[in-house]
Amino acid sequence: MTITLRFFALGRELVGASELRYVFDHPTVTVSDVVQRLKSEYAVLEQLPSFLVAVNSEYGMNDTALYDGDELAIIPPVSGG
Amino acid sequence: MTNFKLTTDPLNVQDVIDAVRSPKAGAVNVFIGTVRDATDGKAVERLEYETYEPMALKKMEEIAGEIKQRWDVVEIAMHHRYGLLAIGDSAVVIAVSSPHRQTSFEACQYAIDTLKQVVPIWKKESFEDGDVWVMPHA
Repeated sequence: MTITLRFFALGRELVGASELRYVFDHPTVTVSDVVQRLKSEYAVLEQLPSFLVAVNSEYGMNDTALYDGDELAIIPPVSGG
Repeated sequence: MTNFKLTTDPLNVQDVIDAVRSPKAGAVNVFIGTVRDATDGKAVERLEYETYEPMALKKMEEIAGEIKQRWDVVEIAMHHRYGLLAIGDSAVVIAVSSPHRQTSFEACQYAIDTLKQVVPIWKKESFEDGDVWVMPHA
C-alpha cells in the first residue's frame, strides 16, 4: 500500500519537500506507524513545536487507520486570518 | 457567486458581500483581516500565506455549517488570500447575513475565531533580519 505524505509551512521547509510517498507491506497501517517512520527518517521535524495530522483532508488521531492511496498531511499550528 | 474561496488575487470585499445578500436578511456583517506593519514592535516587511487548499475549503464549509446550526443566519461567505501580501492588503474577508443584526455580529466573530483555529492556512512574517512562521498555538 502507498501513502502520500503532504507537508506545509515550517514542516515543508524542514523536510525539504512538499510531498513524499511511503510504501508499506501491510494492508493497513495507522497514523502513528507512519508518523514514527517519518520522525525516524526526518529527525529535523523535532524542530516543529507541535503538529496535527489530517487524513484525506480531515483531522485524524494516532490510531486512525490508513489505506492504500490515502493522503496524510502534517499540519503545523495554523495561523490564517 | 462563490461563498468559499482561496485565491492569490487581491480580495474583492463586494464579492463577499454579494454572496450573502438576501431579501431574508436585515443585516450583513463583514470582517476584514488586513496585514499589519508590525508584530511585537518589530517592523514587518511583508507576509506570505500558504494553504492546504482542499482541506481549507472543507473546513470553511464546516464552520459555516456549524454557524447555521447555532445561529439564525441566512448566508456565510469566507474568502482568504494566499501567496505574497503587502502591508495593508486584505488577507481574509468574511460576511454573514442574518434577519437581525445581533446574530450577524456573533456569528461573524465565531467565524473568524474558528477559522484562525482550524483552517489549514499558515502565515510567514518577513522581518528585516529574517522570516518566521507564525505559531500562535505552539
